[in-house]
Amino acid sequence: MAIKTEEMVLNMGPQHPSTHGVLRLELILEGEIIQKVTPHIGYLHRCFEKHCEAMTYPQIIPYTDRMDYLAAMYNEFGYVIGVEKLLGIQVPERVEYIRVIMGELQRIASHLVAIGTYGADIGAMTPFLFAFRDREVILNLFEITCGARMLYNYIWVGGLSHDLHPDFVRLTREFITYFRPKIVEMNELLTTNRIFIERTANVGILPLETAINFGITGPMLRGSGFKWDLRKDDTYSVYNRFDFNIPIGEGKVGTVGDCWDRYYVRILEMGESLRLIEQALDQLPEGNVTSAIPKRIKPPVGSVYTRVENPRGELGYFIISNGTTSPFRVKVRGPSFVNLGIMDVLCKNHMVADVIAILGSVDIVLGEVDR
Amino acid sequence: MKSAEEIFNILKENFNDNIKELVKQPVDPYILCDPLKINEISLFLLSNEGLLFDNLMNLSGVDDANGMSTTTGSITTIEGGTLSVYYHMESTKFRHKVVLRVSTPREKPEASSVALVWRSADWHEREAFDLLGINFLNHPDLRRILMPYDWEAGYPLRKDYANPEFYHGMKVPY
Amino acid sequence: MSYLDAQFDDNIIIAKVDDLFNWARLSSLWQVGFGLACCAIEMMATSASHYDFDRFGVIPRPSPRQSDIIIISGTVTLKMALRVKRLYEQMPDPKYVISMGSCSNCGGPYWEHGYHVLKGVDRVVPVDVYVPGCPPRPEALLEGLMKLQEKVRNESVVKKSA
Repeated sequence: MAIKTEEMVLNMGPQHPSTHGVLRLELILEGEIIQKVTPHIGYLHRCFEKHCEAMTYPQIIPYTDRMDYLAAMYNEFGYVIGVEKLLGIQVPERVEYIRVIMGELQRIASHLVAIGTYGADIGAMTPFLFAFRDREVILNLFEITCGARMLYNYIWVGGLSHDLHPDFVRLTREFITYFRPKIVEMNELLTTNRIFIERTANVGILPLETAINFGITGPMLRGSGFKWDLRKDDTYSVYNRFDFNIPIGEGKVGTVGDCWDRYYVRILEMGESLRLIEQALDQLPEGNVTSAIPKRIKPPVGSVYTRVENPRGELGYFIISNGTTSPFRVKVRGPSFVNLGIMDVLCKNHMVADVIAILGSVDIVLGEVDR
Repeated sequence: MKSAEEIFNILKENFNDNIKELVKQPVDPYILCDPLKINEISLFLLSNEGLLFDNLMNLSGVDDANGMSTTTGSITTIEGGTLSVYYHMESTKFRHKVVLRVSTPREKPEASSVALVWRSADWHEREAFDLLGINFLNHPDLRRILMPYDWEAGYPLRKDYANPEFYHGMKVPY
Repeated sequence: MSYLDAQFDDNIIIAKVDDLFNWARLSSLWQVGFGLACCAIEMMATSASHYDFDRFGVIPRPSPRQSDIIIISGTVTLKMALRVKRLYEQMPDPKYVISMGSCSNCGGPYWEHGYHVLKGVDRVVPVDVYVPGCPPRPEALLEGLMKLQEKVRNESVVKKSA
């Protein structure tokens, strides 16, 4: 006869070093085994959508930065694509290329934080320090471009706030040659580390059908073995001109769709981003980046849904315009918001310590979950 | 890959009066549906062999603010009119997309829940309930999600929302 | 070399109680490992390589009961404010608060339409140092920490500082 134990409710967060911000998880345990996980969010609800209704179109861009603060460039990118679609304007080629370069640099920076903190969460402090060392180099590139380290307000509707710094191309090429060996170093340090594999392989397996039904996107969906990347599958900007692969989880050390796969997809994506940046730098055309910025942004009545492949997945903006200078309604489909919804399925029948490993592999940013 | 017109015609054949019209606008056309039948329509869209809309990209609640607006002092109240919900979905197999819209009266905003059709709708619907007060019938767990559970000052994204002066003794306005 | 110093061996240093306590406190300000929003990433960058918070004796502690300072790094919402207050109350005396970034100073960009944002963390806990910026650079946070150290240096066990 099986021993009956009493259910125990355990609260994780909002102040918990591994919940990546202010997330509260309510765990229902039987012994050490998790029966149910209920995420409680909203501790960082900053009323983004209300601000959109009060601000004009260009004024919203700094607020989009503050949603997913690890991938601020990409948030601006998605938003301006939506507004440009509503306005029906074309932007110069040079602007598109610079946007792609910035977006991919941002993807590397964001993945570095994800990987570094993932290591730190499950007990490896050194990868965290290594990742932040390399991230500083990217932040310096952003800093010489627009003066800010994290929240840029760089990509504007119809153009960019500044052209590139004269040294930018040279420094970015230097960064690419600097960073390639660092990915190998990270693989030696963390990816193939026996302890790391024990903690992550065969943990939190996400089957593909479940993932699609839950609306999971980004590295999580690709970790489950589905080749789905909006840069290729619903292409935008100039992504169709570049040659790059979409890495997917193959279950190299465990089962397809486990935490290690999701982690390894991010590592491989950094390499692909480097390739994209290299090609974009080679093809970078000359031109004026501020010439197409409209003097007065007043889109016609209508609505649009645009989506881009953010480092965390599908970032969608649903913008309704009523013909005035500020939108009638903006709804953001944050990838972390949707991805976090699957925590209960992933954590079921795992140990308490695995929650940290699973949550880290989901890679959430609470600013975008709560908006 | 099917266009919005083709999908509209398929839906019209199967649900006749519950599908109202196809609204054409410059970027994304949308199909206006009956709010209480949206779960059946969704299930059809998901399971039909030729459609297979397996991915609900987004679900957004919108305050249409099309009722009578009266302003007394600094307080605006809107009476009548509708609240809407927009559904953006796509098929990962056929790569086609469609937008559905349902409108429900502001006094009694009710739509049937699609959370059991696409699990991703679960939190989106909770958010629409939290911020706009749209009641999703048969939702498995309809609670506030972003605002505190004990928030009593109404639904913040409605256009006539007024902020309270205090919450738990903390001053809310600047 | 004072008269007192000459009375003892080389290894004994005479100091005022105030100076000794203050020196010990200001050079091991343990911080609650706690991040709120965008500023938390800059706080993490400050404690990681390049800026290295450790050299000031700032080490993140997971529990508020073992910490001396709390850095309010980011937007405090109404839902979170109650938890911030509880965290602050769990810390043992002497305790210090650094408010990092515009949001926790005064509401920042959310001051007007933020229906769910607390306009300044000083409405729930007392703040020692305000660091401006959105988000403040790591250098600015280090400057804020040094300002706090200056404040600690001038404290007195018996006389309460203003």
